[in-house]
Amino acid sequence: MLATSAALIASACGSARTLEGPAAAIYDGECADAGERQLTVYSGRTENLIQPVLDAFECETGVDVAVRWGASTDLALLLAEEGDRTSADVFLSRSPGPVGFLENKGLLGTVDAGVADLVDGENRSGSRTWVGFTGRKRVLVYNLDNVADSDLPASVFDLTDERYRGRVAIPATNGSFVDWFTVFRHQHGDDAVTHWLDGMVANDARYYPNNRSIVEAAGRGEIDMGLVNHYYQYQVAEAIGDGHRAANWDFAGSDIGSLLIITAATVTAASEHTAAANEFIAYLLSAPVQQYFSSETLEYPLAAGVAPADVLPSLGGPEVGSLDFDSLGEGFARSTEIIEASGILNE
Amino acid sequence: MITATRRRRSTAPPALRLAGVALAFLFAFPGVYLVYRALRDGTGPDGLLWSARTLGPLWRSLRLAVSVSACALVLGTGLAWLTARTDLPLRRLWRVLLPLPLVYPTFVGAAAFIRTLNPGGLANDLLAYIGITTVPELRGFFGAWLVLLLMTYPYVYLPVAARLRQLPGSLEESARMLGDSAFAVFRRICLPHAGTAIGAGTLLVFLYTLSDFGAVQLMRYDTLTRAIATNHLANPPVALALSLMLLVLAAAVVLAERWFSRRLPDGARSGSNRPLDYRLGRWRPAAVAAVGLTVFASVAAPFIALVDWAQRGVLRSVTGERALAVDYGSIADATFNTVWVSVVAAAISVAAVLPIAMLVGRHRSRTGSLAHAVVISTFALPGLLIALSMRFWVLRTDMVLELLGDTTVLLIFAYIVRFGSLAMGISVVAVRSVPDRLHDSARLLGAGPVRRFFTVDMPVMGPALGAAGGLVLLSVMKELPISLFVSPLDFSTLTTRIFGSFEDAFIAEAGLMSVILVVLSFALTWFFVVRRQDHT
Repeated sequence: MLATSAALIASACGSARTLEGPAAAIYDGECADAGERQLTVYSGRTENLIQPVLDAFECETGVDVAVRWGASTDLALLLAEEGDRTSADVFLSRSPGPVGFLENKGLLGTVDAGVADLVDGENRSGSRTWVGFTGRKRVLVYNLDNVADSDLPASVFDLTDERYRGRVAIPATNGSFVDWFTVFRHQHGDDAVTHWLDGMVANDARYYPNNRSIVEAAGRGEIDMGLVNHYYQYQVAEAIGDGHRAANWDFAGSDIGSLLIITAATVTAASEHTAAANEFIAYLLSAPVQQYFSSETLEYPLAAGVAPADVLPSLGGPEVGSLDFDSLGEGFARSTEIIEASGILNE
Repeated sequence: MITATRRRRSTAPPALRLAGVALAFLFAFPGVYLVYRALRDGTGPDGLLWSARTLGPLWRSLRLAVSVSACALVLGTGLAWLTARTDLPLRRLWRVLLPLPLVYPTFVGAAAFIRTLNPGGLANDLLAYIGITTVPELRGFFGAWLVLLLMTYPYVYLPVAARLRQLPGSLEESARMLGDSAFAVFRRICLPHAGTAIGAGTLLVFLYTLSDFGAVQLMRYDTLTRAIATNHLANPPVALALSLMLLVLAAAVVLAERWFSRRLPDGARSGSNRPLDYRLGRWRPAAVAAVGLTVFASVAAPFIALVDWAQRGVLRSVTGERALAVDYGSIADATFNTVWVSVVAAAISVAAVLPIAMLVGRHRSRTGSLAHAVVISTFALPGLLIALSMRFWVLRTDMVLELLGDTTVLLIFAYIVRFGSLAMGISVVAVRSVPDRLHDSARLLGAGPVRRFFTVDMPVMGPALGAAGGLVLLSVMKELPISLFVSPLDFSTLTTRIFGSFEDAFIAEAGLMSVILVVLSFALTWFFVVRRQDHT
């Protein structure tokens, strides 16, 4: 699409085309001529975040990229229905769970070793079925007026304390929460984690469907604090302005509450364009794109030595990749079971 | 008083019956998919399907659906009567505004309600000004009930208003001359004549509430659709079995409604003479307040939040702080796509359900009842399932894949299957409102069936079919899962763009495009539905 229009403009005006807007920050050179090569991406990362990267890739390489957007979980279901007949070459997931689901169904191919090696060992699968390309950190978002600094907890385990009664929101059905919960179980064991969640329910913790609604509610003071991904706070604050009275709080360094959860890129088993797919994933891990994720979308870069943005809490806590990531798909069912049984969904 | 009689049952022409069967077959693909998968994959781990984990949500779904549909029945019928049969001030304005809640995609709509009405929300200052300092938080059963009621009453309002505007005023006039009170007239004349329309609309509210995921999720009320969503990845067979349960439940309710509505009089009178405007007298202020409050809560409250989100974003980009993440050219593309696919899908939907409506309404055919049940019960299925089943079948049918794969034809077809049900109820009412004697006279004059259809049926059914198309139109405009998954690659609509922005909290962009969606719906509702009705 974009490559075709680029070619049209180039031939009509007799001058080469370059990019504008955020995409230009990634690649400001002249666009390559559109070739024959094609790539279909199923993206669980949303358009506003990733379109500039796709535009830059198309411009720089001449590969024609087509996209289907959707929630990562829904796209994983779609890929499962489409099976070996899917036209998707690459699947980008916002969280690890859907990737584990597809891996268990044998629907993922492998990423080239040279591409997978662009990230550290803990941020990719041992069998190279997926590669992490950015990270999102679990944090506690809190209302600035209703929560005193001295009230902020050092660990998620503190939240079952009486002084947090009725004050904490949990996005219990949200993909990244369930992934976090699965890692939590791997680290601390089912008993301890079930005990923690039951304690949260007994302490009147409240259920919200997703990170965004918690951040928004914390900003209005509807809820005092909530367990979310770090990233939403910055977007909502920018959109609502000073009326949004919330901030992120980072749990102590090694606490499970400050886990880094990665977003993952995969090549489908059915892909007929594996060369372009690998080229694209390598592009995601290149310095300009990692820099874009760091400075524009405020996520944690995972490759090319790019540093996280200054406003973000520093890393140092556990990372999801360093744990038994490949079993997340299977662990998902058990996590869902524990979460449903806890009764949090009716709080 | 009621002049209508039970319509005689006539045998349906074979061609019409064949069309009914063919259409039912086309509409049945999501159901067939669910049955196929349940047979192939089983129903998941032993006992899970019938455990408290799934029966609890089932019970909550039913409780919510019954409460919402009962209240929508009262609210929708009341609003229809006020705007169609009384001298309520500003009627034309209300007629354009009242259907609009249908256009809010529930995931944005519910969030906008929360933003305006919940503690710390935009309406707080206003409420504090008039002395209200504590507002109840919209959540759980109450929140889900209120938001769904406000978003679904148009399913009742639109068909009933279309029906009531057709009723000749002479009936009511005679009743009143015979000394009936206003309420008695309403009960004895309006209610029986609008009965079928009320029943059909209420059924849609019931089924919609069962299928909704966006609103119940944001209100944190744990229903069957949530259980389906969480089990999709964790226990796929359970998710599919639960969906099948939803479909069977819907079919049972639909058949029950048919049985009930066949016992209502046809009211086979249609108005060539002007409807009577009932004078509200001293009730006028109360009536205006009721309609105004409904419009405020259902249309204005979410709209205020959307405008608030949008204006900050536009302001921000103008002052150079930070550009919007979407450009106006791509919004224009999405707007154009939204308009044309929804208009086409609405028009074909009405044409597609009309043969079935004729089988049911004119011929009381059993084939028709079956086809009718297939079309309508599909409405209880979450859109995601229809999208998934569509992809499933298309990729396994080589001929369809080659001819239509990655075209908008499949997208429009999926929209029709998802929302054709909305046009059905009104179409049945429209068919039944054409008097038999008109057909008899035309036949005596030598008019063939096709000519009779265009010269006798269409003029009488026109306004009602307009309302039927309007219901489909507004719903297609906001549809999300099918728009994402069945559309050709790189085809965007306003809703898919809103989703793309809202998911990652690009609230300003989502607000801006939602405002465009609402304004566009306002214009289209006026153009296709209200304007036509005013002319008749």
